[in-house]
Amino acid sequence: MSEWPLLSLLVWLPIAAAVGLAVLGPRQPGLVRPMALITTLVTFVLSLLLWSGFDAGTAAMQFEERLVWIAAFDIHYHLGIDGLSLPLILLTTLIGVLIVIGGWQISDRPHLYLAAFLLLQGLMTGMFAALDALLFYVFFEAMLVPMFLIIGIWGGPNRIYATIKFFLFTFFGSVFMLIALIWLYLQGGSFAILDLHQQAIDLNAQIWIFLAFLIAFAVKIPMWPVHTWLPDAHVEAPTGGSVVLAAVMLKIGGYGLVRFSLPIVPDAAAALDWLVIGLSLVAIAYIGFVALAQSDMKKLIAYSSISHMGFVTLGLFLAFAIVRNTGEVTGAGLGISGAMVQMISHGFISGAMFLAVGVLYDRVHSREISSYGGVANTMPWFAMFAVLFFMANAGLPGTSGFVGEFMVILAAFHANFWFAFVAATTLLLGAAYSLWLVKRVFYGEVGNSAVAALKDLTGREWTLMVTLAVLVLGVGIWPFPLLHMMEASVQNLVEHIVLTKVE
Amino acid sequence: MTINELQLALPEIFVLSMACVVLLADLFISDERRGLTHLLAVLTLVFATILTLRVMLPPGEVLYAFSGTFIRDRFGDVLKVFSYIILAGVFVYAKHYLRQFNLFKGEFYTLSLFALLGIMVMISAGNMITIYLGLELLALSTYALVALDRDSRFGSEAAMKYFILGSLASGLLLYGMSLIYGATGSLDLATISAALGDGMGDSMLLTFGLVFVVIGIAFKLGAVPFHMWVPDVYHGAPLAITLFISSVPKLAGLALAIRLLDNGLIGLHGDWQGMLVVLAALSLVLGNVIAIAQTNIKRMLAYSTISHMGFMLMGILAGTPEGYAAAMFYAIAYAITSAGAFAVVIMMSIDGREADQIDDYKGLARRNPWQAFLMLMMLFSLAGIPVFIGFFAKWQVIAAALQAGFVGLSVLAVLAAVAGAFYYLRIVKLMYFDEPDQEAPVSAPVDFRAVLTINGVAVLALGVFSGGLISLCVSAFV
Repeated sequence: MSEWPLLSLLVWLPIAAAVGLAVLGPRQPGLVRPMALITTLVTFVLSLLLWSGFDAGTAAMQFEERLVWIAAFDIHYHLGIDGLSLPLILLTTLIGVLIVIGGWQISDRPHLYLAAFLLLQGLMTGMFAALDALLFYVFFEAMLVPMFLIIGIWGGPNRIYATIKFFLFTFFGSVFMLIALIWLYLQGGSFAILDLHQQAIDLNAQIWIFLAFLIAFAVKIPMWPVHTWLPDAHVEAPTGGSVVLAAVMLKIGGYGLVRFSLPIVPDAAAALDWLVIGLSLVAIAYIGFVALAQSDMKKLIAYSSISHMGFVTLGLFLAFAIVRNTGEVTGAGLGISGAMVQMISHGFISGAMFLAVGVLYDRVHSREISSYGGVANTMPWFAMFAVLFFMANAGLPGTSGFVGEFMVILAAFHANFWFAFVAATTLLLGAAYSLWLVKRVFYGEVGNSAVAALKDLTGREWTLMVTLAVLVLGVGIWPFPLLHMMEASVQNLVEHIVLTKVE
Repeated sequence: MTINELQLALPEIFVLSMACVVLLADLFISDERRGLTHLLAVLTLVFATILTLRVMLPPGEVLYAFSGTFIRDRFGDVLKVFSYIILAGVFVYAKHYLRQFNLFKGEFYTLSLFALLGIMVMISAGNMITIYLGLELLALSTYALVALDRDSRFGSEAAMKYFILGSLASGLLLYGMSLIYGATGSLDLATISAALGDGMGDSMLLTFGLVFVVIGIAFKLGAVPFHMWVPDVYHGAPLAITLFISSVPKLAGLALAIRLLDNGLIGLHGDWQGMLVVLAALSLVLGNVIAIAQTNIKRMLAYSTISHMGFMLMGILAGTPEGYAAAMFYAIAYAITSAGAFAVVIMMSIDGREADQIDDYKGLARRNPWQAFLMLMMLFSLAGIPVFIGFFAKWQVIAAALQAGFVGLSVLAVLAAVAGAFYYLRIVKLMYFDEPDQEAPVSAPVDFRAVLTINGVAVLALGVFSGGLISLCVSAFV
C-alpha cells in the first residue's frame, strides 16, 4: 500500500470529482448526490489507510511525495505528513462525508454546491499535507474561491456582505505571509518548509516575519481583534458552509502557527509570546461574554468558536513561558498537545452544533433563540444529541471538549497562575452560554405552534448525530489514540523551538 | 545586407507583405465573403509563428542584422510568438463583435497587421531609430483603429485624444533620444551601453535625456501620472479595439522598456530605478483605488490595466535578469487574461449595444454557466488569487522587487492587490449571487466559444503548470 501516492489521491480525487460533478451534474441530476457521497467515503477510507500506515514513533515526515513543480525557483510539489497534520487530515475527510450527507436536501444547483465542497476538501487536504511553502500558500489562498461562492450563492439574506468581508479579511491577512515567505526564500534559497525550519535568521527579521505570519493566521483562527468576519460568515453561510468553516477552516490558522510561526521564527515567538497569550486571554474571556449576549444561535456558536480557538493559541504559546519557568523541556509539550486536541475536538463539537442548528433551521427557518422553546417535548431524540454537544462545548468531563481545555489550563498553571485563572473562566462562561441556550431552546413549555409541529430526526440526521456523538464521547473518554498520534511530533517541535536560530 | 540578414528578419518581411496582400485582396472580396479576409489574417499569424520558431535561438545567443539595428534573440522570439497567438485570439473575438456592429471591414485586419509589424519591430529593435519606427507604426495604426467606427462620437473623441497625447509622448521620447545621442554620440543601443560603461557623456544631459525617455515609456504603458489617455481610449474605442489595445501592445510596452532601459541605458540604472519606483507606486495605488469607483466595465478594466502596469514595472525596476523575466511573465499573463476578460464583454454585447455597464453581468452564471465560470477564472487571475496565472505573475514581480530591496513597495503592492480584489469580486458577485434580468442564454459563434474556452483554460493551466512558462521567460535573459 505504501507505494501508492495516498496523499495525492486524497487531494486530487475530490477535486477531480468536483470537476466531474460540475460538468455532468446538469445532465445526470440523479447521480449527483450518490457520486459526491461515494467520493467522500472513498477519500475517508483512504485517509484511514493513511492512519493505519502511519508510524507514530517518529517525528519525521511520512508518505512523502516530491516532484519538481517550478524548476526556476526550486519549488516542488512536495507532500508529506507528520503527527501534527495527520489528525487534521482525518478531520477534513470525515467532515467531508458529513457535509455531503448534511447537504442532501439542497435544491438550488446541488451539483455545484457539492462540487464546491469537494473542491474545498481537496484544497484543505493539500494545504495540511504541503511541505513546500509556496504550495502551501497556493492551497491556502485557493480555498477562498470555493468558500466565497458557497457563502455567496447558498447563504442567507446578508450573504454578499458576509462573503466579501470574509474574502477580503483573509486575503488581506495572507498577503503579508507571502511577502515573508518570499523574503525567506531570497535569504535561504529554498521554499521547502523543512529547510525553512533550519534557516538561521536574525532576531529583528524574525520579529517582522513572525508578525507577518501572525496576521495571516490570526485572521484565519480568528483571534481577537480580527475576528469580526467570522460571526457574519457563520450566520450567513448555509449549514454545510458553517460546518466546514468552524470544523476545518479555523484549524488552518492553528496549523499554520505550529507549522510556520513556531518552528521558523522561534526566537520571535518566544519574545512576543506575551502578545499572543494576551490576545488569546482576551478572546477567551471577553468573547465569552459576547457569546452570552447573543440572541441568534449561529452567532452564539460563532463567538463560542472564537473563544475556544483562544485556547488553541494560548496552548501553543505557553511552551515558552513553561521552559522559562521550569527550565525543562519535558513538560512544555503539554500546552501544544492540548491545543492540538482542542482543535480536533472543536472540529467535532462546533460541526455538531452547527448541524444541530441546521436541523432546527430546516424545519422552522429561524435561527433566533426566541423562536424556539420546549423543543425537547417534540424532538426528544434530537434534544438528547443537541444537549450532549452543547455540554461538550461547555467542557463537560467525559467529552472531547474537556480534554483539550483541561490540558491547556494545566499547562497554563505551569506558566503563570493568572493565565490559568483567566483561561478557567471559560469553564464558567462556556457553561453559562451553552446551558442557557439549551434551557431556552430545548426545555420549558412548547414555545409556539411551529415548535409544536416539529418532527424528530430523519434517518439522515440520525447518521450525522450518532457519528459526531460517538466521536465526541470517544475522544473524551479515551484520547490516547489521538495523543499518541501526535506525541513524537509535538516533542520534536518543542525541542526545536527552544533552540535559538539567531547566529 | 546579406541573404542571411534578410532571413533573420523573415517574419517581419512576411507580415509586412501579408498586410499589403490583405489590403489588396480585401478590395476584391465582397461583404458576404469577408470571412476570407479574416481567414487570410489568421493564416498570416500561423505562418509568422512557423517562420519565427524555425530559427528559435538557444538561450543566450544574440544575432544582429542591418548594422546592429535589428536584434534577433530569445527574448524577442518568445514575445513575438505570444503576440501572434494572442492576436489570433483577438481576431476571432473581434470578428463576432465587428459583425454585430456592422464594422466588419478589411481595414481592421490591415491596420492590426501593421500594428503587429510595429510591435515586432519594437521587440527586435537594436537602435533608437528602429524603436521609434516600430513605435510610430504601432501608434498610428492604433489611432486609426480607435476611430474605426467613424460615426461614433465617442470613438472619434477617443481617437483624437489618443492621437494628441500620443504624439506628445512620442515627441518627448524622441527628444530624450536626441539628448542621449548628444551625450553619447550614438543611436545604437549597444554602443550607448558601452559608452555609458566607459563613463562617457555629460551626466546632466544624460539625466535629462533619461527623464524624457522614461516619460515616453510610461505613457506607452499607461503608468500614473501619464495614464490619462487609458480610461478614455478604452471607453471610447469600439470593444474589439479596446480588446486589442489591452492585450498585445502590452508586450510591446515591455519590449520598449527593456530594450531602452536595459540594452541601452543600464549604465543609468540607479537613476531610472528611482523613477520607476515612483511610477509603479502611483500606478498601483491610483489604478486600484479609482477602479473601485467605476460602474462602466471598460473603464474599470482600464484602471485595472494601469495597476497591472504598476506591477509589471516592479519587475523591470529591479534591473536584474530575474526581474525582467518576472516582468515578461507578467506581461504575457496579463495580455492573455485581459483578452479573455474583454472577450466575455464582447460576448455579452448583443442587439447593437455594448455590455459596458457592470450590471449587465447580473446572473450570468444562470444564463451561461460555462462562460461565467471562465470569466470568474479571468477575474480571480487578475486579482492574483492562486492557482491562476495572475498569482504566479504577481509573486514573481514581488520577489524581484524584494530582491532589489524594495520592501515598502512590495507591501504597498500587496495592499493594492487586496483593494483591487474588491472590484473583481464585485463582478463575480453580480454574475453568481444576483438574479438575471432575463433568462435567455447569450449566444456566440462556435469558434468564438472555442477560443474563449481555450483562453480560460490557459489562464488556469498556465498557472497550475507555470513551471514551463517561467523557465521560458528565465531563459530569455540568460
